Amino acid sequence: MTTPEPFGPTPEIAVDAGSRRLRFVLARLRLVWRSFRSGGGTFLESQMGRLSLFIIIVYALMAVAHPILMASVWDPATYDPVTGYSFDQVEQPAPPSWKHPLGTDPLGRDVLSQLLYSTRSEFVLGITAALVTVTIATFVGAVAAYYGRVVDAFFMRLADLMIALPAISLLIVLSALFPLNLFYLALIIGVLSGFGGTAIILKSQALSIKVKPFIEAARVAGGGHFHIIFVHIIPHLLPLALLYMMFTVTSAIFAEAVLSFLGLLDLRMSWGIMIHTANTGGYLLGGTRYWWLIVPAGASITLLCSAFYLAGRALDEVVNPRLRQRND
Amino acid sequence: MVLTLFLIITLTFFLVEAQPGDYASFYVLNPDLPPEVKDQIRAAFGLDRPVWQQYLIHLKNTVTGNLGVSFGNYPRPVIDVLAERVPRTLVLFLTATAVSFYIGFFLGKAIAWRRGGLFEYATTISGAVLFTAFTPAFALMMIWVFAFKLGWFPVGKFLDPLVWRGADVSANYVFGNMLLSAGAFIVFALLVMLLLKRFGRAVPSVVALPIVLGGAAVIVAAWAISGIGGLALDIVKHMVLPVATLTLISFAGTMLLTRNSMLETIREDYVMAARAKGLPDKQVRDRHAARNAMLPVVTSLVYSLIFAIDGSVIIESVFSWPGTGLTLLQAVRSEDLPLVMGAILFIGVLSLLAHVVVDVLYVYLDPRIRYQ
Repeated sequence: MTTPEPFGPTPEIAVDAGSRRLRFVLARLRLVWRSFRSGGGTFLESQMGRLSLFIIIVYALMAVAHPILMASVWDPATYDPVTGYSFDQVEQPAPPSWKHPLGTDPLGRDVLSQLLYSTRSEFVLGITAALVTVTIATFVGAVAAYYGRVVDAFFMRLADLMIALPAISLLIVLSALFPLNLFYLALIIGVLSGFGGTAIILKSQALSIKVKPFIEAARVAGGGHFHIIFVHIIPHLLPLALLYMMFTVTSAIFAEAVLSFLGLLDLRMSWGIMIHTANTGGYLLGGTRYWWLIVPAGASITLLCSAFYLAGRALDEVVNPRLRQRND
Repeated sequence: MVLTLFLIITLTFFLVEAQPGDYASFYVLNPDLPPEVKDQIRAAFGLDRPVWQQYLIHLKNTVTGNLGVSFGNYPRPVIDVLAERVPRTLVLFLTATAVSFYIGFFLGKAIAWRRGGLFEYATTISGAVLFTAFTPAFALMMIWVFAFKLGWFPVGKFLDPLVWRGADVSANYVFGNMLLSAGAFIVFALLVMLLLKRFGRAVPSVVALPIVLGGAAVIVAAWAISGIGGLALDIVKHMVLPVATLTLISFAGTMLLTRNSMLETIREDYVMAARAKGLPDKQVRDRHAARNAMLPVVTSLVYSLIFAIDGSVIIESVFSWPGTGLTLLQAVRSEDLPLVMGAILFIGVLSLLAHVVVDVLYVYLDPRIRYQ
């Protein structure tokens, strides 16, 4: 007969620990949800927040609409964004009509279809780049702040270098050397911004978290370095990281548009390529006569970029209470 | 600083090293060449040596200013092509940055001072739109409105061949002289300001403006009687639109940031103290609030400078302004690798210099750092 261990893990306690962990997770989720709701309230209170959310939702719906329209109403031979051709018009580009609400481009393709098709890739690009940025920057910021000294110095010098690099020029050079597609572009932009400015900002935030009492408590309770970084520091960085995700989306969409405008990217269709097509065809100096070639794409880039930018600014007011407008 | 420059050189070298093919493929791809000649060419480029040796040679060459020979502008060396293009970019970039910083700072502090009006709303929205506007489309719109519809300015390029047909001086000569006189004017204006600061009590500061304007008038008059004034005017005309566009797209960032920074400074005690002393509103704003709100703006000037450098690449390509950015783009399109590396090196150096200037400026503006 074995003596029962006084502090050993008996099955009952294990179950108890499991349910405690579950309860802990639930409590934390509820906390997140509550702060999300109050934050969301503040976000929606500001006009910038509402406006940006509205624009983003409209574009998201547009991105969703394209495959549905292609499958139901639009005939692929006419409406495919890249290979379609409108056989009804005698001359291309044709002005807007019932059949082509935004007209056709110089190669006889439907502009609306191109616009909707590109929206999806812009979202994919922006969100991928933002996720890469945030993953890298949160990790780098937390690690640099936590370990300090050499690690800190290394990452901060690296960040200085990344800031000093002109991204568009570098991307132009890269596009000359390698065929750039959407994924690589997102990756490069994410890495540039993740190791660059975003890391510095998240590090300074992490520094202020590092000296809080609960970090001490976690260390006293025997938490390892990685436990403290991942469980205690990084969750506190996430609101700020979310804010910088927005700004990264803006810069990613912008960089994509510029590069495809210069004709340097390996993409099927994008807003930049639409303007590129109109520009190389010489339709841009026709001014308002061929407005449907440039206005939809150009306005989309501006609108979506500024929507994400404004969303970032509105989030800034949520995260940074000091910026809130006082009523006095 | 030197380390960063070194890293940029290293980065470009290994990027080129990592891509398929090499320098010599431009010559070697010629099918008429027998294999021995191809090997000779590769040996002449040092491509038969191990990578680390190539890298050291590349470093040595870059430091000594030997950037190779451009394929596209054969047989001009890269350094020669860049020496012609760099001042043009610098002028575009510096003018636009200075003007946009001034306007942005001025507007930013104005809208922060009067919170919540229609004016603030309108400027913030238009600032955000300008900040995120699709630069090429915006530049094309500027061309269309001001060059095509109104016809005030030429559509693009650096000069008008029709004006220059009978000229017996080169464009670089005229442009160099223009740079010299602009530099002389800036030094003169700074001197006047410095002297006024020294003897500020004796002389009212109203005198400054006529003196500076007088200096400008002398320079303009000198150009008018020099005989090449018309040519210079032609270059200036071509410059206006790109500079204006670059200014418009880059001032918004400064403006929005100044606004935020002002909003934080206004809550400080010393601003309230200044108000309580009964100082005029304008003086509280400019001397007490804005002076301190400037510091974070200057810190982030690095970002906006990089933004402006990237912006100038785009603007140059849209306006066909033959600066470094356009050179880079053309070199990339024609796979002119030595020129690509030279141009990106220069752009890197430019952004580094901007970095250093901002650091120095910050120390000048914030006495707290100096006294530490």
